[in-house]
Order: sequence, then structure tokens, then C-alpha cells
Amino acid sequence: MFQYAIRRLFGTLPTLLLIIALAFFMMRLAPGGPFDKERKVTAEVEANLMAAYHLDEPLPMQFVRYLGNILRGDFGPSFQYKDFTVTELIWGGFPTSLKIGGMAILLAAMIGLTLGTLAALKQNSAIDYAVMALAMTGITIPNFVVAPVLTLVFGLWLSWLPVGGWGSWSQVILPTVALGLPQIAAIARLTRGSMIEVLRSNYVRTARAKGLPEHIAITRHAMRAAMVPVVSYMGPAVAGIITGSVIIEQIFSIPGIGRYFVQAALNRDYTLVMGVTIFYGLLIILFNLAVDLMYGLLDPRVRYD
Amino acid sequence: MTMAFTRLRLAAIAGAFALAATGAQAETVLHRGNGAEPETLDHHKSTGVTEANIIYDLQEGLLVFSPNGEPAPGAAESWDISDDGKVYTFHLRADAKWSNGDDVTAEDFVYSLRRAVDPATASDYAPILGPILNAEDIIAGKMPTDQLGAEAVDAKTLKVTLKASTPYFLGLMVHHISWPVHKATVEKFGADWTKPGNMVSDGPYMLAEWVPQSKIVLKKNPYFHDAANVKIDTVIYYPTEDIGEEFKRFRAGELDMTYSVPTDQVKWAEKNMPNEYRNSPYFGTYYYVINLTREPLASNVNLRKALALAIDRDLLVNKITQGGEQPAYEWVPPGVPGYEQQPVDFASMTQKERNELAKKLYAEAGYSADNPLKVQVLHNTSERHRKIAIAIASMWKKTLGVDMTLTNQEWKVYLDSRDKKDFQIARAAWIGDYMDASNFLDLFVSTAGERNDAGYNNPKFDELLNAASLNPDPAARQKQLEEAERIFLTDLPIIPIYHYRNLNMISTKVKGWVPNVMGFNLTRYLSLE
Repeated sequence: MFQYAIRRLFGTLPTLLLIIALAFFMMRLAPGGPFDKERKVTAEVEANLMAAYHLDEPLPMQFVRYLGNILRGDFGPSFQYKDFTVTELIWGGFPTSLKIGGMAILLAAMIGLTLGTLAALKQNSAIDYAVMALAMTGITIPNFVVAPVLTLVFGLWLSWLPVGGWGSWSQVILPTVALGLPQIAAIARLTRGSMIEVLRSNYVRTARAKGLPEHIAITRHAMRAAMVPVVSYMGPAVAGIITGSVIIEQIFSIPGIGRYFVQAALNRDYTLVMGVTIFYGLLIILFNLAVDLMYGLLDPRVRYD
Repeated sequence: MTMAFTRLRLAAIAGAFALAATGAQAETVLHRGNGAEPETLDHHKSTGVTEANIIYDLQEGLLVFSPNGEPAPGAAESWDISDDGKVYTFHLRADAKWSNGDDVTAEDFVYSLRRAVDPATASDYAPILGPILNAEDIIAGKMPTDQLGAEAVDAKTLKVTLKASTPYFLGLMVHHISWPVHKATVEKFGADWTKPGNMVSDGPYMLAEWVPQSKIVLKKNPYFHDAANVKIDTVIYYPTEDIGEEFKRFRAGELDMTYSVPTDQVKWAEKNMPNEYRNSPYFGTYYYVINLTREPLASNVNLRKALALAIDRDLLVNKITQGGEQPAYEWVPPGVPGYEQQPVDFASMTQKERNELAKKLYAEAGYSADNPLKVQVLHNTSERHRKIAIAIASMWKKTLGVDMTLTNQEWKVYLDSRDKKDFQIARAAWIGDYMDASNFLDLFVSTAGERNDAGYNNPKFDELLNAASLNPDPAARQKQLEEAERIFLTDLPIIPIYHYRNLNMISTKVKGWVPNVMGFNLTRYLSLE
């Protein structure tokens, strides 16, 4: 399995190169540049700015220069946030996004798996319908509605929790809930669906026939197989969540990297866009690999050579 | 027993005093909301208001803003102006110091002014220093920086030579582009000099902490010459992109001051938090700029006037924007000392009269219900601009029958379109950098390049502005600028719509906040009770 993992990782290098090339060239297609402002600069100042950031060189040359730099770990300065390098911004913001995202996923997994299993065991009962209705609401209501409502109710009306900001434990709760709710819904639905199927299978019937207590039959036997679709979903989902949500970070004023995905593009901050794109690409690749490896652990029928 | 009891009581009283003393020494912290994350804290490179708010707390220049926004002595305690108005001699305070204890010297200012105009610094605001001798040539790369008209006579005396007499020069010295940087720090750390721990500043505060997108913490500078009067020990700036959420944080008590107020909350704030809601004039104009290279608006001034007449500005500010804005019938906003406003002739008409005249001019231009004028209005993506444009579209439709199409573009694309003159009418705004009419009028001089996106070209206008820039008599100069604005508004390359207001929520705990038309409220003048 180790060799499989290494081979997979090497296989991703061409994908990564393609991502970098596509992002690099596509970004330059959008009209407007990083230094366009309403207050116009003189032609000389603009020429100086472009030269300082190598934006006056032909594109292919800029691309090669960029590749050379990232191989040395230099992702360049941010064009928009001039006092910081891209590396400083991403490394500074990622732990925050990871913290919130990680907790949201953990919360979502625990609650989602429990609710989904419960719904599957009591299929077509009142509990099943209640869980599915809740799941549907969680998936359909967008988080830019949920988040402000949460701040209004818990921050202003009840004054139980802070409205925004980052630094104390109480400021982690609302964003985690807002981020996790749609995931709880999705995971619950997936778990229910796959669990229903697994419960019908022969080996679960055997386990029950043998007289195993129900909770052992579920947790030790059914759960592992039922988790396969959930894990497939969670691979890219986790990568997406831990890189932060633009909306949650904006509403709660959280210093994560989620906002950079949108802001950097709007600001034409070429280096920051490249930095977060590569970072996100890497995470997706790693998590997809992790998911594939997990299959081996979950389903004994899967073999890797 | 009595002795012991008395000693106990004395001890208790002493203890109480000690506690009270520590209580009195507890740190005062001000929490300020501050719009978008600053692009940089290098004041020779920054361009926005969010950066300026922080910089005006960290640094100090020759002059600074007083609480009501007027220029006041800063690092310079006095100055002499030569008879011809071309030479300014600034006498620096003996006790002006940097946050590491170094003296602030005239050499610091010479170094910094040269750095600001140096093409290598690529500073957006450097052209503001144009009045200084040779500044424009240095910015254009035609002369080396040591030719700048700034000289250190001795450690505490700075001599600045101007190209021509510039009555508003002292006002320019309040802008952070002219403020000093600490030479040794900049040379040692290069681009990293603005990081906390590296930065050395000469203003009331020092940079203690900077967490991007979260907070910027400033602590009192013990070496500041007026430190005794700086009441607030720590000020924390919170970048807040969503003004709705900023408003909620203020209501929850997490912020003491906000950057702005969402327009849909203005009525609520006026009613429920009248002591905290502040609405004051702001030195800016919201307008529609007309592309004078595109027909039919290009050659027909009466058609442009018809469009300008048919906008019911009172309705717009009362029902649509609702922020207490002032309808604008002139280009330069009110507040410039010594300058008389130049409203257009239709400012004194009623809206009914304006609509009548508009219909007449529209018909004379050959348009009617069967042959309507088609216009396109460009704005950057924003609910506010959309609402205003839709209101104006319906006014033009109802009164004249004009067919308007709305185009909204993302900010950078919108700027690009304006640069390339790829629009017919575009929404625009200009906030003044310093309190002088030339800051508004210079935008439309024919040689202004991309800045003049109307493509306005009137030789008389250019001539007046040029003459004003060389005129040593301040009163005569104002008259020339006023005449220039009259010509400008007769030609109507723009349609002024409203003058901006500054909307803030200020907690009742904050004392010393005074509205000022430039919108800068330095923390050094504030206190918390």
C-alpha cells in the first residue's frame, strides 16, 4: 500500500503542473490588472510598478520565472497586500481555516453519522422523516442566510455569544455551527442511504442471526461498509471546508484563507490567486489519495498492488 | 484593641487606595471598525482611507489634522513663508522623537520626500507633491531625487522650495505622502519595515500586532512629544468587509466606533440609537461622467443638460439613498475655505420647472416618444449604484421618454472600461485628497490622460487652471478656479448627483469625536469614559 501511495503521488505531478499552467494563463485573460485604481497613476509610475513585479516581461517568460520561484518555495509577494508575501498570508490564515473547518467536519461527522444511522434503522418511521426533513433544510438554506440569523439570535438578541472576531473560544462556536450545518445534512443523507443498503446484506443478516447484540452488529460490521460512500464524499469536502468559506469568514470577520480565493481574483492579485489555487489543488490531491487508502482499510475486498 | 483596630482600618484604607490606583492604571482600549484590510502601512505607497486611518495614528508629519479636520502644527511647531510664497522654512519641535528614541530631524524629511517622489517607490500619490520644485520631473524619471526642492538647513530646520506660490501647500503637508519614514529602519528591513517589531514611527502610537484580516493593534508611543495628552493606551483596528456585520458588532458592544453605517439601517439608527449615530458632510461628490467622444451626447450640450435637469435629486436622497446626502448642483463640494460654490443655473428652479425645461431641450434636440434617446449607464457591481441608476432611469423615462440600459461590471473591469472610454455614461465618485478646489478641477484638464475619462477638452478651462496654479494671490486664484468651475458646469461633461456624507456609529463612551469634512478622526484626540 505504501508503494501504491508513492506511485500515486508521483502520478499527480503532471496534474499539478496543468493546474498551475491553466490558472496562470487564464487569470491574465480577465481585463484589468492588479494596479488599476480609480486614482490613475502617471505612465512613468505605472511602468515602474510593472517592472518591479516583472509584469512587463512576455507571459511565457513570466511563467518560467514563476515555476522557478515556486520550486524554491518562493510564491512571491502579494500584489494587493503589499506588506505580506503569499506564503505569509497562506500560512498565517490556514491554521484558522483548519481549526474552524476541522471542528465543523468533526461535528458534522459525529452528528451526521449518528442521525443517518438512526434514520436507517428506523426506516420510514417518524424519526426517519424528521431527520430527512432536517437534512433537506440544512442543505437548501444557504449559509449566507444561516450565518447572519445565528449572529442576530445568539449575538444580539440573547447575547450568549460574540457576533464576530477571532481569538477566544466563544468566537469559534457560531462559525463552526454555520459551516457544519449543511455538512451534517449531507452526511446524514449519505449515511442513511448507504446504511439501508448494507443492513440488507448477507453478512449483517448472519451477524444478527448469530445472536450478536444489535449495537455490535451495527458499529463493528455494518458501519464500516456503509462508510464507503460517506468517505468518498468527505475527501473533497474536507479539502473544501478546511480551506475556508468566503462567506463565513466575511460575516464573522475570521482571518482564514477562504476569502483569498474570491478577493484575490477580484483584486487581480496574481501571485495570491496562484498561491491559493496550488495550495487547494495539493490538498484535493492529498485527500483523494487518503480516501482511496481508506477504502483499503474499510473494505477488505479492496486490494492494491 | 483600639490601636489594633485603627491599624487594621488604616491598612484596609491603604489597600483600597492601592486597588483604586491599579484600577486607574488599567489600560484603556478603543475598538475601531475599519473597512477593508489595509493594502500596506507604508505611507508613501498607500492610497486608501482604511490605510490612512491607521497611518494618521502611527505617524506624524510637519502638519497634522486637528480634531475638526483643519491643518494644525505637528512635528513642525512653526514656519516662515517667503514674500513670494515659494520658500517655506519649517522649524521642527525640539522634542519630536521616533518610537525608538531617535530625534526627528530635518534630514528625515528630506530623505522621506525624496523617497516619495522616487520612481522606484512607484507611489500613486507622489504627483500631489508636484508643487515642490523639480518634483514632477523626478517622478517622470527625468531628474535624480537629490534635485528635489527640499533641504535640511540644520537638524531641526527644513527648507522647502516650491515651483510657484501654492496657497494650499500647508494643507498638502497634512497628507501622509509628505510624512517622514525612519531611514535606518527602511534601509535595514526593506519591504518588511512595516511589520510589527520592525516599524519605527514618530506619531502617537506604535504598531504592536498585525493579524491580516483580523486586527491591527496599536500601542501608545512613549516618546511621542504629546504623549501626556494621548488618553487612549491601545487602539485596535478591525477590518470589516461586511458593513451589516460591523453594525451588529457595534450593537453587541464589540466595537466602539464603526467605519460606516449600512443605508438600510440608517432610519433604525436615527430612531433607536440617536446618540451614537453621526451623520456629517464628507468631501466628495457622486456623479455621472459622460463620454464626450461618443455621439449623440458628445456634441449636444443641451441634450446633456436635459438629462441633468430631469433628475429629481431631492427624491433620490430622501427615498433612495436615505443617508442624508446633499443634492449636488456643483462639482466641488462645500467646505473649501475661501472658495465660493458655483451651482448650475437650474439649482434654484423647482423640479417641475426643471422637468419642463428638460422636455423642451429634449424635443429641440430632435427626440420624442417615437424617437427616444437611447443611453447606456455603466456602474460597478453594487446594490447601491444599481438602485440609484434604476431610479434615475425611471425619472428619465417618465419625464423624457429616454431608453436606458444598465451595465454592471466587476470593479477592475469597470475601471478598465472607463480607462478605455468604453462607456456612454458611467457612475463615478471623487473624494478630495486635500481641501482645495483644484483637487477636483484638475481631474478634467485636457492633459490629464486616463483620469479625464470624459475626454473633456476646453482650452479656456485649461488656461484658467494653469493660471491659477501660478497665481501668487490666494483670493485672485480662488476667483480663477471659480470661473473654471463655471465654464466646466456650463459644458456639463459630468452630471453631479449628490455630495457625500460620513456615516458613523460612535459609542457614547467615546469623547472628543468631532465631525470633520475630511473624515479623519485621530485617536490621539479621543478618550473613553
